Amino acid sequence: MKKIYVKEEYCMGCRLCEIHCLVAHSKSKKIIKAYKEEFPRVLPRLIVEEKGPISFALQCRHCEEAPCIEACLTGAMGRDKKSGAVTCDEDRCVGCWMCIMVCPFGVILRDEREKKVATKCDLCPDEDIPVCVAKCPNEALVYEEE
Amino acid sequence: MRMSLLAPEFRVIRDEEKCIQCEVCVRQCAFEVHSYDLEEGKVASDDSRCVGCHRCATLCPTQALTIIRYPQEFRRNANWPEQVIKDIFKQSETGGVLLSGMGSDKDYPIYWDHLLLDASQVTNPSIDPLREPMELRTFLGRKPDRLKIETKKGKPRLKTEIAPQLKVEVPILFSAMSYGAISYNVSLALAQAARTMNTFCNTGEGGLHRDLYRFGGNTIVQVASGRFGVHPDYLNAAAAIEIKIGQGAKPGIGGHLPGEKVSQSISETRMIPEGTDALSPAPHHDIYSIEDLSQLIYALKEATCYKKPIMVKIAAVHNSSAIASGMVRAGADIIALDGFRGGTGAAPTRIRDNVGIPIELALAAVDSRLRAEGIRNQASIIAGGGIRNSSDVVKAIALGADAVYIGTAALIAVGCHMCQKCYTGKCNWGIATQDPYLVKRINPDIATERLVNLLRAWSLEIKEMLGGMGINAIESLRGNRLRLRGIDLTETELKLLEVKPAGESL
Repeated sequence: MKKIYVKEEYCMGCRLCEIHCLVAHSKSKKIIKAYKEEFPRVLPRLIVEEKGPISFALQCRHCEEAPCIEACLTGAMGRDKKSGAVTCDEDRCVGCWMCIMVCPFGVILRDEREKKVATKCDLCPDEDIPVCVAKCPNEALVYEEE
Repeated sequence: MRMSLLAPEFRVIRDEEKCIQCEVCVRQCAFEVHSYDLEEGKVASDDSRCVGCHRCATLCPTQALTIIRYPQEFRRNANWPEQVIKDIFKQSETGGVLLSGMGSDKDYPIYWDHLLLDASQVTNPSIDPLREPMELRTFLGRKPDRLKIETKKGKPRLKTEIAPQLKVEVPILFSAMSYGAISYNVSLALAQAARTMNTFCNTGEGGLHRDLYRFGGNTIVQVASGRFGVHPDYLNAAAAIEIKIGQGAKPGIGGHLPGEKVSQSISETRMIPEGTDALSPAPHHDIYSIEDLSQLIYALKEATCYKKPIMVKIAAVHNSSAIASGMVRAGADIIALDGFRGGTGAAPTRIRDNVGIPIELALAAVDSRLRAEGIRNQASIIAGGGIRNSSDVVKAIALGADAVYIGTAALIAVGCHMCQKCYTGKCNWGIATQDPYLVKRINPDIATERLVNLLRAWSLEIKEMLGGMGINAIESLRGNRLRLRGIDLTETELKLLEVKPAGESL
């Protein structure tokens, strides 16, 4: 399956991926509205790791054998049959954070705006290319087959 | 701290309705213009630090930023304009030589914009380059005085030995920019683009990084007064060797790469200790005459078994034509002329803005002189320093150049916004810096593509212009000043350029 890979040598830590991820998962999908009117604000579903000049964006690796799916009590964490992406059904999620405990990459985030749910990268199912990849100004993120 | 008399150069206008406080601008500015106030939850900007490079405005996801000239007005005074006053403020605060990056920004005449090209009408048909083949291929190097052809078994054979030539598919080469002045990623992009477009890049005086030896076939290596990184492998890896005597932006001045920029990798490439200043003397200490130059030219030819053309680069100065004549007689196969608008990583501002002459005049003078002396065939001419677009290239070739060098235009293609702060080492576009945090901003793959696009676009335009003139090979235009007309030029200027005024027919 196609996954997002990072070329950390060209990641300049601008965090535009984070910003556009947030916008893509907002209600309006409009950048100014998402930031200025939609509260509580949705979370970006990726994290940018930074230390000195080294930085890179990290999202769910959509593991073949995903510990989060195994650990999930309610079956909220599952695999999208079509895309192969690991996704979280937020209606079924009870916010027990077991997935967060077992994730080896630390890329599942806590969304506590309303009901506690786990939130993570969904590979932007409505887009051809995930927005973080499409909006990276330096092409440090690529979306390709393994 | 004492107050500074200097007003900011730019004003950062932040549209609060659009700003989402995402801090992209904060992270992108190496000059620390923007900062995030945690208490207020707001980004603020300090105008006094802004250099006008537009990095923040370009990356702002909501286009909330506009950079404008600082609107503070001095009382109008033709004798003491704003820049003059500010320079005095600056020098009285620092006590130092004023420094600038890039080429002169002064309002001197640009002769390219006073030259007009010819086109064919009725009596000589123009050519459609989309339908008919057009040749931009150029060979650079010494050409024989005459060709001897012998016939063996009824087949003609060339008897004359041809001197080594550089073959370019587009008569545009990347001019000398050293690793040190520019980042590794930009050097790599220039080399990759040169290979793709079958032209050449130039190492400048900074040596050739060991990972770039694989591009040797598309690289011209420089031997400058500092002799940085010069060793037999370096000379033999290249397609040609350029002896740098002078640079258009700072004729008569040496170079100085500050020790902070001499990282481990640069120290290895330049063969100097890490962290030491790389000082290029103003003259070559072994060249004080044309005879001395000849010795170095032939030393380099010996070192490379006479297989590579040797180039000599000089800044365009008042006496260029006589010097060029000497260079050709000393054995140079290619002459590179660098006009006074040529770029640099750092030059004393007064030198940059007041020394040298425009490339157009120097080129015309050198070409005329070499032709008058009957030695024009013995060397090719590459003109650089102020070539901005494809029509400049065509005009340069009509004035007598074989090919041109572009440096500034190439850097603009990869993102340079001409803020002229190369010498600070804080280039926000990741070009003129060695800071590992900033260098990453150039993705060599994107930069290569942009450079290739630029050369491709220019070559298409050159073909259109040639076609319009009814010419199907760029060779037919070289030195053909009858296809040029001058507009708005004095009689002296027309005489120096050897160009007829617009309106005058053959």
